[in-house]
Order: sequence, then structure tokens, then C-alpha cells
Amino acid sequence: MERRELVYLLKQNPLTPLAIIMFAVLVFAALFGSVISPHDPFASNTADALQAPSLTYWFGTDQLGRDIFSRVLVGAQTDLGIALAAVLLAAAVGTFLGATAGFYGGRTDATIGRFTDIVMAFPLFVLAMAIVAALGNSVINVVYASAIINMPFYVRVVRSEVAVLRGAGFVEAARLSGNRNPRILWLHIMPSVMPPLVVQMSLNMGWSMLNAASLSFIGLGIRPPSPEWGIMVADGAQYIISGQWWVAFFPGLALTLAVLCFNLLGDGLRDIIDPRQRK
Amino acid sequence: MNTRIFSTIGSRLLGALPSLAAVIVVTFVIMRLLPGDPAAFFAGPAASAEAVEQIREQLGLNRSLPVQFWDYLGDLAQGDFGQSFTTGQPVAADLVSRLPASLELTIVALLIAVVLGLPLGVLSATRPNSWVDQVTRLVTTTGTCLPTFFTGLVLIYVFYYLLGWSPAPLGRLDLMYSPPPEVTGFYTIDAVLAGDWEVFRSALAQLILPAVTLGFFALAPLARMTRAGLLGVLSSDYVRTARACGLSSRVVLTRYALKNTLVPILNTMGMVFSYLLGINVLVEKVFAWPGVGSYALEALVASDYAPVQGFVLAIAVLYVLLNLSVDIACGLVDRRLAR
Repeated sequence: MERRELVYLLKQNPLTPLAIIMFAVLVFAALFGSVISPHDPFASNTADALQAPSLTYWFGTDQLGRDIFSRVLVGAQTDLGIALAAVLLAAAVGTFLGATAGFYGGRTDATIGRFTDIVMAFPLFVLAMAIVAALGNSVINVVYASAIINMPFYVRVVRSEVAVLRGAGFVEAARLSGNRNPRILWLHIMPSVMPPLVVQMSLNMGWSMLNAASLSFIGLGIRPPSPEWGIMVADGAQYIISGQWWVAFFPGLALTLAVLCFNLLGDGLRDIIDPRQRK
Repeated sequence: MNTRIFSTIGSRLLGALPSLAAVIVVTFVIMRLLPGDPAAFFAGPAASAEAVEQIREQLGLNRSLPVQFWDYLGDLAQGDFGQSFTTGQPVAADLVSRLPASLELTIVALLIAVVLGLPLGVLSATRPNSWVDQVTRLVTTTGTCLPTFFTGLVLIYVFYYLLGWSPAPLGRLDLMYSPPPEVTGFYTIDAVLAGDWEVFRSALAQLILPAVTLGFFALAPLARMTRAGLLGVLSSDYVRTARACGLSSRVVLTRYALKNTLVPILNTMGMVFSYLLGINVLVEKVFAWPGVGSYALEALVASDYAPVQGFVLAIAVLYVLLNLSVDIACGLVDRRLAR
């Protein structure tokens, strides 16, 4: 892509650079949060419990006197990690299923379609709850549950793209030069499916973060005292009605901004990758 | 005409059966995956191995899975969802008594979202890039990234703690009042039916914050879809023709454009309702709302799995029925889809 075009696109959508900056901050916090945090995120100090935000404690302290700023910083790793794992897993399995369904069609397509229909027959958050309850209350099961409820979207996106490209001229050419089916599918067709897939993954990251944090908010998945934004909001909920807003507010704000960042990033990526969808 | 409507509804009903079957099978499988041994759970920690074995036999857990599934279907057919040992009641009875609370909340939330979201979408589609459009963009962007539980807490802080306009976020009714005589199970409607305006006022005051929390979440997709759908229709040839024929912009909008946007809006409403059914759990927890979601959560915490399973099944069946009615409504609105 030419630089002029890129500059033009970034000017058209001034939120995209903002999203990129937020993304950089988020990744930095996830990677180096535990190194740069000013206090120990686990150290309780009951003498300083429920302190309002101050110069020492930028975001205040929680009911055990732990520094909320440090905990929010370190929590980025957990939240981002779970969402990323869930999205990668869903994208990998979903792409495989969707590509197979779109390329081979017929009965394979029908079977895979039935499978996604079953997942979509549930309200997704309730299904995630049930899966975590059934598999056991652990972080890895939250990842599996998120991956399962995300998967149908990948299957559908990839399936529809592959089904269109299957009849394209370059596929015919590849076949005439002696390529076999798997090679045609994965080496010739898939590169063209990547752009919409990447957009879908970016938009999906925000949603996955919301899901994982919601599950831990209701007590599924990550256990205290791990710093995780959903649990921190749940911890702070009881102090809202007595006026100690900062306990729940800052982790909730961090989560909101992270989700906003991925949504904006997804929109921006779509503008860059897929000119037809530009507003 | 009428027979066609009925055959449409009939075919949609048949079409919903596979989803219903899938939902029942998946719920059964999930129940079998649950950790722990239900027999040991029922027998209690002090029970001997024989006692556990006996209970396993009573519960039918020693039979093969297909047989168990058949028994499960039989139980469901009789409306038997099992027993909750935290409340000591049959799960079906618990769900029936708590469902109205959840439905009242969800329906009022959806109403709020529709009443605000559709006009916002229409206004921003008819005036692209105006300030209304910018407001809509802001609302839809924030609406999709605010976690509902967080919105709820912020609203509680502002309207209960700071301003003191709302009652304490604890349930459906102020402790001073007793629930109105049950007709629909919706406190607001029951209070009106009983002519008890104080109870109505209290029930409404309790309802507003959780409903706004949920509604704000539902607002974003509705406004966005209305805007996108209407923009597409407004740039179509027949709208141009209608304008060229001198029809007023109001007639064009209401008689031509909106009618054709109705199907995508209805579909979005179905999708939004499904979100709401799931997100309900979070809002019910934040506002101590005694609905099915908080019931399932309490049971989940106590490792009492029959209520969780009953909840998942009930919500999933509700969702299948909802999709069915959206399908039927779309078929009635747009006869081209009815085939």
C-alpha cells in the first residue's frame, strides 16, 4: 500500500491512530505490567484499606489495602491472554471447519453447518456459563468456552469466502497445473481469505475480553486473589453503595477502554483492508 | 391468504424442532459432563459406599447413557427438571416463580432500547453526518464496549449514592411493601391491576436502573442496524422514483423506506433479545434482582447443578421460541420471505 493512501485513510478515520496508541499501551502493560507496577499487586496492607486515589495510590486501594493501579496494570496480562488464546483457538478451528465446508460443500458442508447451528441455538453467554460449569471452574475452561461460542462466526466468514473463491479462475489454473485439493485450498485460496479473517479476529478480541471478564465477574474462571479486571469489579461492587467508587471503577474503565480499542482497531483494519466497506 | 399465513407458521414451527432437539441433547450432555458424582452429593459426606450405590440406583445413574437420556426426556415431558437442594423445591417451580422477574426486566429493557434506538437510527440515517448522527455514533460505539455490569455499577453510584434519586439496588420492591396479588407476575402490571399506585411507584423505581443498564446495551445494535438498513433503502431506485413522483419525504420514509427496513430490524431485535437473556445474569447479580439468572448463579456457587441445568434449558427453549416468533413476524411483514 502506498504511503499516501495510508495517510489518507488515517486522516479519514482519526480514531484509528488513537486505537493503535491504546493497543500499544495495552500490550506494554500486559508484557511489562508486573515489572513497572509501583506496588506489589498481591501485598495487602490493611492499614491503608479503601484509600481514595492519591499520589501514592493513583487509583486508590481496595478492601485489603492493595494498590489498584498495580493490580489493573498486572491484570492486563490475564485479560488479554485469555481473550487472545480464545480468539486464536476459535480462529484456528473455525477456519479449518469453515474452509472444509466451503471448499468441499455437500454433506461435509451440511454437517458442519448443523454443528454451528447448534451452538447458535443457545444464547451465547448462557452457553459459555454452562460449559464452564460443566468442564470445571478453571481458566483454561473459560478459554475453551469462549472459543466455542466464538467459533461459529469464523466458520461462517471463512465458509462464505471459500465458497465464492472455489470457482475462481486462479483455482482452475492451479488445478490444471496439477495441484491437489488440500494444496489448492490452503496455499491458493486461503491467502485471499486472510484479510476478512483478520478483521473478524480484531473485532472478536474485544468481545472475548468482555466475555471472559463477565464470566469471572460472576465467579467463573479466574479465582481471587489473581488480579483480573472482572473479579476486581465484582470485589468493588459492594463498596459502590458506600461511596468507594474507585475499587470497581478503574478496572471497569480499563476493560471498557481495552474493548473500545479492539473495536476501533477492527473498524480501522477493515477500512484499510476492505475498501468496499469504507463509510 | 389466511391459509397461507397458517402454513407459514406451521412450516416455521416444524423448522424450530431440530433446534429444540439440539438444545435438549446438548443440555443433557453438559449435565453428564458435570464434575463430581451427583449420587455422592445427594448422599452427603458421611454416607457409606453402599448408601451412595443405592442412591445411584434410585437416580438411575447406573444405567446406560441412552436409557438415561430416555428417562430424562420422560422427566422433561412431565415438567420435571429435578430438585434443587439449596431451596428444597422442584427446579421447575423455582423457575416458574422467578421467570416473571427476569422477563419483566428484559422486556422493559428491550422497550427502552426500541423506543430510543429506532428514532436515533432513523434520525441519523435521514441526516447523515449531522449532530444527531454523531450522537448516535457515540452511543453505539460506547454501548458495544461498556461491560453491562460496569454500566450498572456506575448508574448505581450516580443515581443512588450521589443524587439519591433511586432506591437501594436490592431487588424488585422496597422492603416496606409486599408484592401485589399475582396475576401476570410482573409487579408493575399487577400493581396497576390491583390499583395500588404506591406499590407501582416502588416497583417502577426499582426497575428503572437495571432496565436502563440492559437497555443501553441493546440500544447500540438496534440503532446501528436501523441506520444502516435505512441508509441502504433510502439510496435505492424505488425511493428515488417515489421522490421523483413528488411524494413528500414523510410518505417516502414511512410508507416505502421504513417498511422495507423492518425485516433487518426485526432480526436484530431477535439477536438483541438473545444477548439480553444472557446478560441478564450479570445485571441481576449487580441489582440483586430475584430472577432466574441470579437463581442459577446462587446454585452454581453452591454446586447445585439441577437448577443450573434447568436454567440453561429454560433460557435456550425461550430463545428458540423467540427466534421462531421473529421468523413468523418477518414472514408476515414481508410476504416474499413467507415461502
